[in-house]
Amino acid sequence: MKEGWKELPIGAIIKEAGSSIKFETGDWRTRKPVLNKEKCINCLFCWVFCPDSSIIVENGEMKGFLYSHCKGCGICAEECPVKAIEMVKEEV
Amino acid sequence: MKIKALTANEAMAEAMRQINPDVVAAYPITPATEIVQHFASFVADGLVTTEFVPVESEHSAMSACIGAAAAGARVMTSTASQGLALMHEVLYIAAALRLPIVICEINRALSAPINIHCDHSDTFGARDSGWIQIYSEDSQEAYDSVIQAVKIAEEAFLPVMVTADGFILSHAMQRIEVLEDEEVKEFLGEPKTPYTVLDTDNPITVGPLDLQDYFFEHKRQEAEAMRLAPPIIEKVGKEFGERFGRYYGLVDPYRLEDAEVAVVVMGSTAGTAKEVVDKLREEGKPAGLLRMRVLRPLPLKEIVENLRDKKVIGVMDRAEGMSGFGGPLYTEIRSGLYDVPSHPPLYNYIYGLGGRDIKPEEIEEIFKELFDAAAGKEIPLVNYKGVRE
Amino acid sequence: MPFDLKELSKEKDLFAPGHRACAGCGPAIVMRQIMAVAGKDTVVGFATGCMEVVSTIFPYTAWRVPYIHVAFENAAAVISGVEAAYKALKRKGKINKKINFIAIAGDGGTYDIGIQALSGALERGHNFLYVCYDNQAYMNTGIQRSGATPLGAHTTTSPAGDVIPGKVQWRKDLTEIVAAHGIPYAAQASPSHWNDLMEKVKKALETEGPAFINVLAPCPVGWYFSPERTIKIAKLAVDTLFWPLYEVENGKHRITYKPRKPKPVEEWLKEQGRFRHLFQEKNRWIIEEFQRQVNERWERLLRLEEASL
Repeated sequence: MKEGWKELPIGAIIKEAGSSIKFETGDWRTRKPVLNKEKCINCLFCWVFCPDSSIIVENGEMKGFLYSHCKGCGICAEECPVKAIEMVKEEV
Repeated sequence: MKIKALTANEAMAEAMRQINPDVVAAYPITPATEIVQHFASFVADGLVTTEFVPVESEHSAMSACIGAAAAGARVMTSTASQGLALMHEVLYIAAALRLPIVICEINRALSAPINIHCDHSDTFGARDSGWIQIYSEDSQEAYDSVIQAVKIAEEAFLPVMVTADGFILSHAMQRIEVLEDEEVKEFLGEPKTPYTVLDTDNPITVGPLDLQDYFFEHKRQEAEAMRLAPPIIEKVGKEFGERFGRYYGLVDPYRLEDAEVAVVVMGSTAGTAKEVVDKLREEGKPAGLLRMRVLRPLPLKEIVENLRDKKVIGVMDRAEGMSGFGGPLYTEIRSGLYDVPSHPPLYNYIYGLGGRDIKPEEIEEIFKELFDAAAGKEIPLVNYKGVRE
Repeated sequence: MPFDLKELSKEKDLFAPGHRACAGCGPAIVMRQIMAVAGKDTVVGFATGCMEVVSTIFPYTAWRVPYIHVAFENAAAVISGVEAAYKALKRKGKINKKINFIAIAGDGGTYDIGIQALSGALERGHNFLYVCYDNQAYMNTGIQRSGATPLGAHTTTSPAGDVIPGKVQWRKDLTEIVAAHGIPYAAQASPSHWNDLMEKVKKALETEGPAFINVLAPCPVGWYFSPERTIKIAKLAVDTLFWPLYEVENGKHRITYKPRKPKPVEEWLKEQGRFRHLFQEKNRWIIEEFQRQVNERWERLLRLEEASL
């Protein structure tokens, strides 16, 4: 149940920073990126070019994809200098 | 308290100096230009600590005011006529974001044809924007109301425009009782704002896209703030009176209690009309007057209480609403009296457009026609006073 | 010193996922790259536009910094007010920390409807950065022409028809218009050259006074290309000299990246459906005219750079 007018914060502001994370855009995808860890050189170009902050990096190491939000645009695969990412058809 | 000879422009600028807002973003426009000029000199002379933003348009003036108020600053501006019209888009946003901004507004006709003199078409055009509107009868009230407006805005979390009639008040010297700086400071206290975008540790998003699932709730909330504003305006007017001796309410009834015929009027015309009422009273005619000090929120209860038992009412509109049915104040008062079972007949007098003088004799004529109507004579519902046929 | 992606990626994204930008959105990449440099003590003032719409659908916001949107034409005026409030409150001791103020708008909100507010804010000298994400049309309302739309481009209000072959005017050179205000820093950048872009953002934020960056932001939907090509197309715009990467610092022009072997502009045009009609025989002259304009502007830029030495 969404809030009634008495419960909403004043002035239509949003108090919770980054709340969009709760809205999952992963189901927009028709193709999904798959990482070949063997090939990956952790250059992180995929991270810097991803429009959806969906490259998971831990301590400078490419760990995979945030599939809950990745929209499957394929920029990461296109820009990967060592072709470590492949776009595959999304299974429904 | 000091006595000074000031125009409404000077008086409002003086109030702004004493309020010493954090930010003033303003653009000059006749007849409000002097307010901006005076304030710029206060800044230049170090009499205020305000950050003055001399913007390139009124649209940017209000936009900068919104940005500053959302950053937790106490914010003021000044404008008139076309300037207020140019702000139109952002006026609604200031109100919906619930930002306590105050405008010193000088009433001037809206183009076309272009005209620099007084009527109320400019602020009537902003009637539904969500701003509280306070109209001044004289420069003293303009001064007092600007100070009260800051407090009202910060308690209601709604923006407030205080108006004074262009040239008639803005450029006419009057005797003004000016408060001590300390008194103003104490009366207002520290600025109160609903939120701030400067708290980077608690980041908020202001002005999101609001769709079918939330927009209505947010508008309902805003409407409630306006509904709750009358007692705040009254409380602040009373507190001002208790401290400084001049009391203010939502409306200003004059010799109305036992009146049979009443006129409803706004702004400086009330001063002239009150003298006419006095004259008629001396002649034994039961005339009275209701001045609307506050137009938004509409003081419905006061309209009903003060006018319900009158025989005939004349509403004087210094604006043509282009509704095909009289001026905007007329339709407001008519609507206000709808729930009175035997509501008195209402007649509309549109007058004074583009600064056309309204003379006491003309107001007397209006009363005469209304008394005739009370005696059963048929007169038109909508009338123009002072226009050449 | 290049930016270290390993270090940058340790910080939480200040432009969070879950925004509703299209797949492959160029502007969304621009937002991330800017915010990675700006850091958390930043207030963002936004103009109405596609990035505003997709990033703040109530009750969701992609912003992890304070954000304010008021209207379409006034991002520069709103941020002026925020910055003025900051100065006033700082003077009164109510706030102490250093905060960045960034206004962000699309080309509609910058080149066209917002140019007055932008010009005013630049002239007044507020301490802020204005970023234009230039996707070269009104994408929010569905790909209408803007002052930034290039010659020949098909948009929904400059359609490629039987008689008129798309937009018949050249685009405004907004970066130069802004630089002509004599502000301390103005630059042009592209997300394909992310390090260059980030260095410009850093420099702009360190600048005392107004700074401006015009960032090319390819739009797969409005330019009609496949979403994985966004960065490639941004890079081609740079490599064909259509979108030179340069900066104007205190009146001095400096080209920050010179392609060793510039490509013909045709290579950029042919990647995008919005220019498809130009490749019909009767419209080839537009490509030639396009190339001529690109060459002329590049040579002018070289002369400006030389004069700055």
